[in-house]
Amino acid sequence: MSEALQAVGRTRGMGELIDVEGKVTEIAPFGRTLAELAHERPEIVGLTADMGRYSDILPFRDAHPNRFFNVGMAEQNLIMIAAGMSKAGKIAYCTTYSVFITRRAYDFVSIACAHSMANVKIFAGMPGLVNGYGATHQATEDINMMRGIADLTIIDPCDATELKQVVRAVADIPGTVYVRSLRGKVPVELGSDYQFEVGKAKVIREGRDVGVISTGYMSARARDAADAAAGQGVDAAVLHVSTIKPFDKETVLSFAQRFDRLIVAENHKTTGGLATLVVEALYEAGIMKPLIKIGLADSFFECGSQEYLEAKYQVDLPHFMRAIVEGR
Amino acid sequence: MSTLNHPPENPDIRALKGRALSLRRKMLNMASGKGEGYIAQGLGMADCLAALYFHELRYDPADPRWQDRDRFLLSTGHYSIAMYAVLAEAGYLDETELPTYGLNGSRLPMSTFDDIPGVEIVGGSLGHGLGQAVGMAMALKVDGSPARVFCEFSDGELQEGSTWEAAMGAATFKCDNLVGLIDCNGIQADGPVTVKIDPVADKFTAFGWDTVEVNGNDMEALVSALANARKQDGRPKAIVMRTTPGFGVPTLMARERAHFVRVDNSEWDSLKAELEKENV
Repeated sequence: MSEALQAVGRTRGMGELIDVEGKVTEIAPFGRTLAELAHERPEIVGLTADMGRYSDILPFRDAHPNRFFNVGMAEQNLIMIAAGMSKAGKIAYCTTYSVFITRRAYDFVSIACAHSMANVKIFAGMPGLVNGYGATHQATEDINMMRGIADLTIIDPCDATELKQVVRAVADIPGTVYVRSLRGKVPVELGSDYQFEVGKAKVIREGRDVGVISTGYMSARARDAADAAAGQGVDAAVLHVSTIKPFDKETVLSFAQRFDRLIVAENHKTTGGLATLVVEALYEAGIMKPLIKIGLADSFFECGSQEYLEAKYQVDLPHFMRAIVEGR
Repeated sequence: MSTLNHPPENPDIRALKGRALSLRRKMLNMASGKGEGYIAQGLGMADCLAALYFHELRYDPADPRWQDRDRFLLSTGHYSIAMYAVLAEAGYLDETELPTYGLNGSRLPMSTFDDIPGVEIVGGSLGHGLGQAVGMAMALKVDGSPARVFCEFSDGELQEGSTWEAAMGAATFKCDNLVGLIDCNGIQADGPVTVKIDPVADKFTAFGWDTVEVNGNDMEALVSALANARKQDGRPKAIVMRTTPGFGVPTLMARERAHFVRVDNSEWDSLKAELEKENV
């Protein structure tokens, strides 16, 4: 049997993370937190474009049926309706897959929402390489696209702990927010003392030898890799950059200056995302250091199990280990 | 406050026609100052805007964000010349600001933006208006507000798929507090409307809207259609308005390419004279 036909990994719920084995997880932290928050904030409404189940918003629907709207398979309309509701006084949380928000409804996010500082909070499902359905469902360039929209806040949470804080925080962040959401059984990776702050990068693991700058759930993988690498004599620190925009350049630069070599990791192409932001910031500050990018190539990606795809595209734990320990 | 500008029992058609003439004068003054503009569409919409702002809508120029105001959304942002004219006529804008239309640094650019008092959305990227109007209508229903939402969009915009997503949504969510004002003037940037759009009214009826078709330059017909649109019967309302670009100025009405008008300074005076002659 050829490598391409080997049965590696199993099918999971659409867009669920694979880093769950042996870890504490929470079910549907987005929808459950939103349902709670909406009891306190009557101006919150929830919308989806036929992706209620696969975005985890159903707990909100069940708790607040009169404030939940499924607009059908019409992502442009989802964003227009959310913008209109916000302009009539609502905070509109809306959900579908990242690919459909970014590729199909871009003009509407930009003009109907961001330009008006509309109170629209987009929780975009399946960002990056978190499903095996191929390029149609893999939003591997969404950060690159959304960074181009002025006045848009972009957040890539690491885990259930942070996602729950983000659900609450965005209600008070002015304007439109794009969140790379996590669904299903979402691991609890960050300590109970972790506190999300919009626009602030946080060190989630200290170290002396290598500086890893990462975002999204790749920050948890970076920390796992760093823990494992410590047994091989390399002590890596991890800076988690959960807010992509506005970009916390100051913290990234001061972190980068502490290390002889750097790694940037993201669940996204290595072009146009975090790595590009970091390299731009370093170059402008005159900081030249060896830097390895862990992320996806500029390509479309095939179908397959998550384990198979992550190994094939070199974003799995062994590749993190190699980058940290061997510097390649 | 809630009765502000509430429609009177017996609309004063003569007064409304006078308002429409005043709007047309303002628009010609703006276009002549800039030397160009989307004047033909504006002149075509003047009667509708007069009927809305001086008969049908409830609003308060002193409180543009009054929560229970009726909303008017101009989806075709390039009709800004008409929007600014009516906002000045209604008291949102100072008339002395109108001559800055389209000039560098002006608050009144050639497409509408929602930082202007009385402008609800950023128009201009066509196909954006109706969906936002549906969202506003839905939110107002959630709140039990008496306010209604009026959205202008054009026959050219019916070529945008997002308009039809919104049309389905309006019926699905029973937005009977929403009135679609479809300006069918038959033109778009490259000339006559390219795609087979008609029958517009039948299409909206098939999409679940309560639809009427009127001459959009007939004040009595417009006022009557707006009165019919007050019905709270679970259906969104569509008023298909057949308008004549350049209405009120024969030279512009006869102009073959009317989407964007740029003429010599001397010609603006003759166009203004035509308007006055038509309304003697």
